[in-house]
Amino acid sequence: MIEVRDVRKSFGAQQVLKGISTVFEAGKNNLIIGKSGSGKTVLLKCIVGLLTPTDGHIFFDGKDYVAMNMADKVDIRRELGMLFQGGALFDSLTVEENVRFPLDMFTKMSMSDKKDRVNEVLKRVNLVNANNKFPSQLSGGMQKRTGIARAIVMNPKYLFCDEPNSGLDPQTSIVIDELIMEITEEYQITTITNTHDMNSVITNGDKILFLHEGSKHWEGDKVSLFESDNKELIDFIFASDFLKEARDARHDKLIAKLSK
Amino acid sequence: MAEYIHASGGPIFHIGRYILMIKRCFTRPERAAMYWKETLRQMSNIGVGSVMIIILISFFIGAVSTVQFAYNLSGSMVPMYYVGYIVKESLILELAPTISGLILAGKVGSNLSSELGTMRLTEQIDALEIMGVNTISYLIGPKLAAAITMVPILVIISTITGIIGGLIAGDLTGYVSSTDFTQGVLMSFVAKNIYIMLTKAAVFGFLLTSISCYQGFYSYGSSIEIGKASTRAVVLSSIMVLVADFILAWLLLN
Repeated sequence: MIEVRDVRKSFGAQQVLKGISTVFEAGKNNLIIGKSGSGKTVLLKCIVGLLTPTDGHIFFDGKDYVAMNMADKVDIRRELGMLFQGGALFDSLTVEENVRFPLDMFTKMSMSDKKDRVNEVLKRVNLVNANNKFPSQLSGGMQKRTGIARAIVMNPKYLFCDEPNSGLDPQTSIVIDELIMEITEEYQITTITNTHDMNSVITNGDKILFLHEGSKHWEGDKVSLFESDNKELIDFIFASDFLKEARDARHDKLIAKLSK
Repeated sequence: MAEYIHASGGPIFHIGRYILMIKRCFTRPERAAMYWKETLRQMSNIGVGSVMIIILISFFIGAVSTVQFAYNLSGSMVPMYYVGYIVKESLILELAPTISGLILAGKVGSNLSSELGTMRLTEQIDALEIMGVNTISYLIGPKLAAAITMVPILVIISTITGIIGGLIAGDLTGYVSSTDFTQGVLMSFVAKNIYIMLTKAAVFGFLLTSISCYQGFYSYGSSIEIGKASTRAVVLSSIMVLVADFILAWLLLN
């Protein structure tokens, strides 16, 4: 579980996060949504430690990450896995070497054990026969799968996904979303996903945090999303008139389907 | 870390951050084997990858020096075998380390800066940070170690190639016979000069690598910014190589 308590972040005079508090539960797919510039990437970077909040606290299973010394932070970081928007795969390494990198760096496993573990996670993300390919030889979807494999190879307790669907076609997006959902449930990890993809929001949001101009504007789940009368949220989710009409026309059916 | 990148400051800020970066390069590695593997990769990249250009340029530097010294000494009372001696000493004390330093500032400096800048832009550095890797130590430490080891070796190659270039040029142009040139080269041997040459080479290697890595590591924004960082890396490294050349000459020759 990750708790964010009154987190604020400013860059000079510009206040990007204005006191955000929420709890991201384990075994659930927690989504952060909001318009561009609403502060969701900054919040995610504060949580993973790439940015230090100007004020507030972030607790990883009760441990205050902001107040920790660097050595303790490194211990927490080894329990994090992160899927980056562009994959962030190391160009000079093959798929296998990319996925094996955290094992090489932080474990004393034998090479055969490491190879077994790498093959296990690559199989888990449905990426077989790509071990010796370089990132430049992979499609966008394959790069994301490699990124997920690298993120979960150390059995993390917390998984962060920054725009996992960006640059992917709708079908591949669904595959990646399903993979993240399955991994979250299977390993009972706390997953926080920063997304713009409305399909992800509507189908995968166990918990949804909606940010608007740096503040928490709404939170709930995918069912309560349809019942909310929060204007900014509705305008954001059902951006076009077509989507608004579709929502009104099929409201009850959608609620029933999502509630299952 | 990322917020530092967005900060911009004056020279004091950059010097301070550069010193902190160097300090962090020498922290204990998470896994020595990984650092060693990376150091070997960088030794190949910086050292082996630069051998041909160093040989090519040093050969002609030696050749041109021979022709010019021979031209200046012709008609004087100084015996022509002195050309070999002067070329050798010039190469050891000044030309080989400084020219190699400047060539490497261009070739290796821009390469290192672009590599780290691209890693920053594509979030590879963030990925390492999140894994808990000391990014400065892992990404810059092996490059520094490789440069401090390989640049002196390249300078030795440069000196030998320069002398060979001089020998061949002297003979081909007819200014100095190969016998006279060789006699001049073998005329005296001052061990201190070799020590000065290697010290210069190691210092230049350290400077051009650390400055280029600093520029690349702290670049941000877009590909345009990476290009600018690469240019700054080459310009600053070249200037600092020349400044260090003067300071070392002053200190070591006194």
